[in-house]
Amino acid sequence: MTPPVDLAASHGAGASLAPRDAEPATHAAAHQPFRLARGGMVDRSRPLTFRFDGALLSGLAGDSLASALLANGVRLVGRSFKYHRPRGVLTAGSEEPNALVGLRRGARFEPNTRATVAELFEGLDAVSQHCWPSLGFDLGALNALLAPLIPAGFYYKTFMGPRGTGTGPWMFFERFIRRAAGLGRAPDAWPDPDAYDQRSIHVDVLVVGAGPAGLAAALAAGRAGARVLLADEQSALGGALLRDRATIDGRPADAWVAAAASELARMADVTVLPRTTVFGYYDHNFLSAVERVADHLPEPEPHRPRQRLWQIRAQQVVLATGAVERPIVFADNDRPGVMLASAARTYVNRYAVAPGCRAVVFGGHDDEYRTSAALAAAGITVAAVIDPRAAVGPGAAHARAGGSEILAGHVVTRALGGAGGVRAVEVTARAGGAPRRIDCDLVCMAGGWTPVVHLQSQSGPKPVWDQALAAFVPGAARQAERSAGAARGQIARSACLADGLAAGAAAAQAAGFGDGRAPTAPSVVESEDAPFEPIWHVPSRGGGKRFVDFQDDVTAEDVALAEREGFRSVEHLKRYTTLGMGTDQGKTANVNGLAIMAELRKLPIPGVGTTTFRPPYTPVTWGALAGREVGLHFNPIRRTAIHDWHVANGAPLQTAGLWLRPRWYVRRRNGRPETWQEASQREAVQVRNGVGICDVSTLGKIELQGPDVIELLNRVYCNGFSTLAVGKARYGLMLREDGLVLDDGTVARLAEDRIFLTTTTANAIKVMQHLEYYLQVVWPELRVQATSVTEQWTAIAVSGPQSRALLARLADADVGDASLPHMGVIHARVAGVPARIFRISFTGERAFEVNVPSDRGLHVWEALMAAGKDMDIMPYGLEAMGTMRIEKGHPAGAELDGRTTPDDLGMGRLVSTKKEFVGRRGLERPGLKDPARQKLVGLMPADRQSRLRGGMQVVADRKVGPPNETLGHTTSSAMSPTLGHPVALALVSGGLARRGERLWAVSPVTGMEVEVEVTAPCFVDPEGRRLHG
Amino acid sequence: MLLIACPWCGPRDQTEYTFVGDGTVRRPADSLGAGETEWLDWVFIRDNPRGPHKEIWQHASGCRRFLLVTRDTLTMRIERVESAVGAAVPGGRAQGAAA
Repeated sequence: MTPPVDLAASHGAGASLAPRDAEPATHAAAHQPFRLARGGMVDRSRPLTFRFDGALLSGLAGDSLASALLANGVRLVGRSFKYHRPRGVLTAGSEEPNALVGLRRGARFEPNTRATVAELFEGLDAVSQHCWPSLGFDLGALNALLAPLIPAGFYYKTFMGPRGTGTGPWMFFERFIRRAAGLGRAPDAWPDPDAYDQRSIHVDVLVVGAGPAGLAAALAAGRAGARVLLADEQSALGGALLRDRATIDGRPADAWVAAAASELARMADVTVLPRTTVFGYYDHNFLSAVERVADHLPEPEPHRPRQRLWQIRAQQVVLATGAVERPIVFADNDRPGVMLASAARTYVNRYAVAPGCRAVVFGGHDDEYRTSAALAAAGITVAAVIDPRAAVGPGAAHARAGGSEILAGHVVTRALGGAGGVRAVEVTARAGGAPRRIDCDLVCMAGGWTPVVHLQSQSGPKPVWDQALAAFVPGAARQAERSAGAARGQIARSACLADGLAAGAAAAQAAGFGDGRAPTAPSVVESEDAPFEPIWHVPSRGGGKRFVDFQDDVTAEDVALAEREGFRSVEHLKRYTTLGMGTDQGKTANVNGLAIMAELRKLPIPGVGTTTFRPPYTPVTWGALAGREVGLHFNPIRRTAIHDWHVANGAPLQTAGLWLRPRWYVRRRNGRPETWQEASQREAVQVRNGVGICDVSTLGKIELQGPDVIELLNRVYCNGFSTLAVGKARYGLMLREDGLVLDDGTVARLAEDRIFLTTTTANAIKVMQHLEYYLQVVWPELRVQATSVTEQWTAIAVSGPQSRALLARLADADVGDASLPHMGVIHARVAGVPARIFRISFTGERAFEVNVPSDRGLHVWEALMAAGKDMDIMPYGLEAMGTMRIEKGHPAGAELDGRTTPDDLGMGRLVSTKKEFVGRRGLERPGLKDPARQKLVGLMPADRQSRLRGGMQVVADRKVGPPNETLGHTTSSAMSPTLGHPVALALVSGGLARRGERLWAVSPVTGMEVEVEVTAPCFVDPEGRRLHG
Repeated sequence: MLLIACPWCGPRDQTEYTFVGDGTVRRPADSLGAGETEWLDWVFIRDNPRGPHKEIWQHASGCRRFLLVTRDTLTMRIERVESAVGAAVPGGRAQGAAA
């Protein structure tokens, strides 16, 4: 094969770094100096143009962004995170730590995408990261000059203030450091215009990875009749077969892959998902995968999502996730042009791109000879193969025949070069002696293989060390899964195929399909490898940085520093140096880091331990996780039957749990809309003086039926219910076992064996579950059924002195005091609709709650509004209701805060001493009887005009401190229309024993300081005269 | 995500269930007369075992039955799911699975 004529020339001239903006676009687009003339799986008939940092370049359909950049001679792709070192492409897969780029523009911009997995499309716009002002000239690279001053733990040490100052220095410097740090940048436009879908699927066998083992497993399981899902992160099936020119059953590997794909496509119960990464393995064989439906297109096709999240429940899982090659730690091993040997073969064989023109191959694994052969076959000069092993195996013969120098017993001690990439390597005999310089522009590292055990580790077990492979392999399965092929250390092609077939057949059998016998494995001709000798790192001869983790800029020296300073366990090492904590999760770094630490500690590698892998395997966009549950679909919305009327009549809405409730109804006043204060005060005044109606449908409603309903009430409420007569209602206060208030509401007896009770809006679900729990788990002997009827009933509070007169116009029964006294219940028709009328009051006025079936709710509401027109009837919202309940001192959410007892709320008298109930024993706790407990009081500003807010601290003296001992806090506040000045409820130590005292309500946050007078919590009609009569 | 086999509804995703609490505690029959330890054990004291554990879950988005689930906290394996009726009754034990 002949190399492109201008390959050496353009490379030597540093074409990769020339400012391409200056070149005519057409010229740049036509020019791919490093594209090989033949071969590859790219479509030469479909050239594509794309931009990198604004320069117009060209590639071919089938390219990755990385292969297209290399084809154009672009070797400098990004700057590193900490030192801003120039970086190129290290890998050809999803393990890439270096080549992180931003893709697309505007709201579709996506940072931190690995160029090695981004498929090229027409018009792709990519930008490099971590460089300012430009990739070639980066001011942040000054950090590299300061590198000796920025070791591991630098930030912890430098910005930890001296005793007494705490983190002050960090707080000051943080903003400067943050500006210079971070991976990528967030999109500067929004919202994301694309849709993301989610889908659930149940399968018999999930096969992860469609390399030789995964394809074989899917074939075996599919032939056995199982429902199979085969997912692979790449666009093409084949995995490692895409990289090397193997021969399977006498055919080229791609022909075998095509035959396998076509057989799978013919099986009705087999689903094949390319471009799909299984990123999480959770409990009970539940796995998540993201399918990149349209990432390879400029934008999604109409009505198609950008990505799709798959939620998979699999009976059996086969993990055929392959292995990633390890880099070797030597000085300046991060120069652009230093890459994994497997990556170099991928660029040559799959993408028909020469990653360089003069190569040095280095490693203790026979893959170095395979790499040397592949490069030579593509016309790339292999200057030397550096083999640390003393004895060279038969694999070397081919390389030697090809004219390459074989240096056994040697290591690469340093890569030489600059931002333009590697220009030479320094090679030294392990036995010692002077180093030798070998010119090259490509260094291939064959450091051995790390099985991808991430998903297996997520499924439960810790990986275990295999000394022969010098790698971590899957531990004993905790879930219904098995690994196959390279993922469990079976690196050889023939072993992968046989292992995959066996795993697929076994998985199918375990799921109930077939006899478990594996189909006959295809034949593969392979040479036997010489024993592998891992070379974890090459000691420095002085100068250069030896990178272990490229993405986090962690060097071998950082690992040594961590060891010296005592951060020796793998968990400490990781956190102190950030080894493996990048978006790549250290896929290429972790094992080397562990090995170096093990060597320093003189332990075997498994003695250092390994960290736990956690989802996601590769980064997943928020969009895919959120799916369609965005915007209005983020949560379900509950609307009452009268909702549309509220909106049409000017009500802004407030969320209460999932409910939307009207806050007030804005009218026009003096030619302008009312303020919220004007609206809510007007509504409250109307209720106090006339009549108003309020939609209280959101209260929780529960019906209890059965002969033991009264016994249940007596056990779950702290007050007594034995005397509750049919047709009567009673306030009920429910406690937790520990004696604190759980919820309150109204309990009405509709019949001997039938109870209707309400809960607060917020606690409806909790109270229902509380009742069900005691009925099923604790007191199964009680014959009671509980049913939630919240949504079946519309509830309308009719409140005010004229409420009875209004209701009398619409009810077909007597609603007078005799037949319907305070706390009475009757059945009647209201506006022709069968209704339950409860005479209960939250506002302190004479009031009724009219419950009608929800589908008639709006009708009754409108009938009430029409019938009360001459009474100036008004609807009132949450604000007016809250104002009136504060005036009355009724506790609500802010007072029922999970810390108050009935006595704290002034309701100690309610608590029955004649029965056992949930919370009674809890109330006996000494702490709940402390007279200094914070108890409910009312507060009025001493000047009768200063505003109060909820959440103010109540103190004896505003001038003390800090610290100033708090006596309590305000819980709710309102402008009292009845008193004409602000009032508040508060929980204050000692409670009403402080009645008449002057205290201060202060808010250090807002600077408010108000002198207040302690009063009873009920500000209006404490005798309750307005309720009766 | 756990897969819990409701005796009434069949195997369902964890998202249909609500975790309720420890399934080994018993409510004293006479809470006022119970000894201090007995009462504290019911309200406050919970074990955090490594291994098999009995827990109460409610099939909240399904049949709303309370279930006694024997789950291994280490392996997440669910060994048994049965009705939790009476599970907190002193001296009592859960009835068998769905009748």
